[in-house]
Amino acid sequence: MTSTEPLIEHHVLEYPGGYTRSVGPAISRYLTGLRAGKIIGVRIGDGRVMVPPTEYDPETGGAIDEYVEVGPAGTVVCWTWVSEPRAGRHHLTKPFAFALVRPDGADVPMVHVVDVASADEMSVGMRVMPRWADDRVGYVTDLDAWVPMSDGDMARTPSPQRSGGRAGAERAPVDQSDGAASGAPDLTEPVTGITVPIRLEYEINAGVAASKYLRGMAEGRILGQRAVDSDKVYVPPRGSDPTTGAPTEIEVEVGPNGTVTTFCVTNIPGLSELAPPVPYVSAQILLDGANTPWLGLVQGIAVDDVRMGLRVRAVWDENLRPDARCLKWFEPNGEPDAPYESYREYA
Amino acid sequence: MSTRDVAVISFAQRTAVNDRERNEVEFIIPVVQEAVAASGLARHDIGFTISGSCDYLSGGPFTFVAGLDAAGAWPPVKESHVEMDAAWALYEAWVAIQTGEVDSALIYGFGKSSLTDVHQLITLQTDPYTVAPLWPSMVDLAALQASALLAEGGVTEADLAAVAARSRRDARANPYAVVSEDVDADALLARPVTHSPLRDADIAPVTDGSAAIVIAAADVAREHCERPAWIRGIDHRIDAPHIGVRDLTASASTQRAGEEAGALQGGFDAAELHAQFSHDEVILAQALGLGGDTRINPSGGALGANPMMATGLIRIGEIFQRINSGEIGRGLAHATQGPCLQQNLVCVMEGE
Repeated sequence: MTSTEPLIEHHVLEYPGGYTRSVGPAISRYLTGLRAGKIIGVRIGDGRVMVPPTEYDPETGGAIDEYVEVGPAGTVVCWTWVSEPRAGRHHLTKPFAFALVRPDGADVPMVHVVDVASADEMSVGMRVMPRWADDRVGYVTDLDAWVPMSDGDMARTPSPQRSGGRAGAERAPVDQSDGAASGAPDLTEPVTGITVPIRLEYEINAGVAASKYLRGMAEGRILGQRAVDSDKVYVPPRGSDPTTGAPTEIEVEVGPNGTVTTFCVTNIPGLSELAPPVPYVSAQILLDGANTPWLGLVQGIAVDDVRMGLRVRAVWDENLRPDARCLKWFEPNGEPDAPYESYREYA
Repeated sequence: MSTRDVAVISFAQRTAVNDRERNEVEFIIPVVQEAVAASGLARHDIGFTISGSCDYLSGGPFTFVAGLDAAGAWPPVKESHVEMDAAWALYEAWVAIQTGEVDSALIYGFGKSSLTDVHQLITLQTDPYTVAPLWPSMVDLAALQASALLAEGGVTEADLAAVAARSRRDARANPYAVVSEDVDADALLARPVTHSPLRDADIAPVTDGSAAIVIAAADVAREHCERPAWIRGIDHRIDAPHIGVRDLTASASTQRAGEEAGALQGGFDAAELHAQFSHDEVILAQALGLGGDTRINPSGGALGANPMMATGLIRIGEIFQRINSGEIGRGLAHATQGPCLQQNLVCVMEGE
């Protein structure tokens, strides 16, 4: 990597174990119905039957609770073809269609999938039947897919636990293991919650100013940026003067010495995997030459001895790299305490 | 209710296909600088600051706050944010001016769609119990809407290709378009269907970008802008979230917003519609009764560049620029948000 290439980090946004959601009365009816191999809708204010049901009229907001079993057959209202299913996302592993399907007895179509061999087999108006998952847990994919009625599923009513899953139906493992009703499915109790796995992956780029800052760290230097129309030096630099928004482009090395302007003693363990053992001190440190305090750890001194005005210096990791974590902490540098007047503007 | 006259007085935008160098804040800095400078107002004489963005795009909570580094927030400014396209931020700013509390506002929108799979990300705005777990992408849901429109019979794939081809041709004159091409509808129809019934040219490109606008009440606008674009009407409306319950072949919320904004009498020289798919334009133009002499999306529209969270604001900016330059006298700008054109904003603008 040359020094001008942007710094980019892979970033995952995910709640381990997935989002747990309470489903409420209407979705409970729907998911409990799917688990039993039934499709449950609700009658809305204007008389139409809507599926999946909600507990409120989608147009007026009024309370509704007249649940209606619909289907099992349905009609494709519109569709689109997914030629490349995504692992970890789509529960079907071979190409399929997304469709709005209107179950018989319903007036409003529902978003779901249709499993056919190719897009050539799809058409608006085609008649479809649900194909139920073998192991149903109270999740939207208990209805594994709609399939053409001609496949002979018409008269098949699913048993409470085993349904007429068509041979060759493939299901991605992620959905079975992660996308499931909370806890072990109890087939006698209504579904009250679901766990939904959501994982988002990003390639975050640090930006011009932060890349320079991080590359400075790889050299054991702390780089700020000077404002265009004042002497203020900002660190870490953001690429702009936060008071005016004007671009900042002049790099200025600050520190490694600085003054503690204020601090906090943490006595609660386990707040972060990166945090040292408690008690530890986090401090705002006004680096020499900078006009914005820098948030860091203070080590090498008893926590009770840390004080405003304490003079400290940066302690670097042996393995310098473009990573903010290689400035490990600050420790006392032996200088006399700074007078309050010298940092009161920043305290 | 009597309203204060409010006008757009400056606009700036930036786009890129996939900017690996600048982060989101660095994308905002130049547009805020440019729009504020062009407004003639000093930064801290602008009474209200508001942005529109989506934290999910950048992958962290409250990342929009960092955008203030680009806006200049000291001494403390009156500030707000919407987790919406910044066209809705402009609406809030317009309301703020109506209250009489402020006389001017800076609005900016930004989004880097290239950091993640944005089409799948947008899935998360759908129903989290019954739709999102199936992971239909933003494009899949739009394709369902296109399928419904074509099934109704009045619109053909050739009509969609005509929209896409015209947009690509017009985008050639737009320096901020990331897709442009001298192409006709027949040539596009010969290309493969990628998200049936849509082809790639029917789908807005993934775009990084930002935009900023300054609006001002009458006296301030007249003092600082030779030819302001007066906001004659602005309104936004939303349809039910359940996709099946809506008539996907029409846009009731667009029609209603257009009615409330005074747009249905027509007479527009140009309309910039936030159509991320070619069939969106067909549905929106029908809802607003556009046709005849109204030139639609002369910039190439969102099919030329679609910086998520700024695209709608850019529609307003594009109409401003044409009014400001004297090219047109009356224009309509539209912004949308949500799956299958769920929420729609209409802004009617005129020169003096």
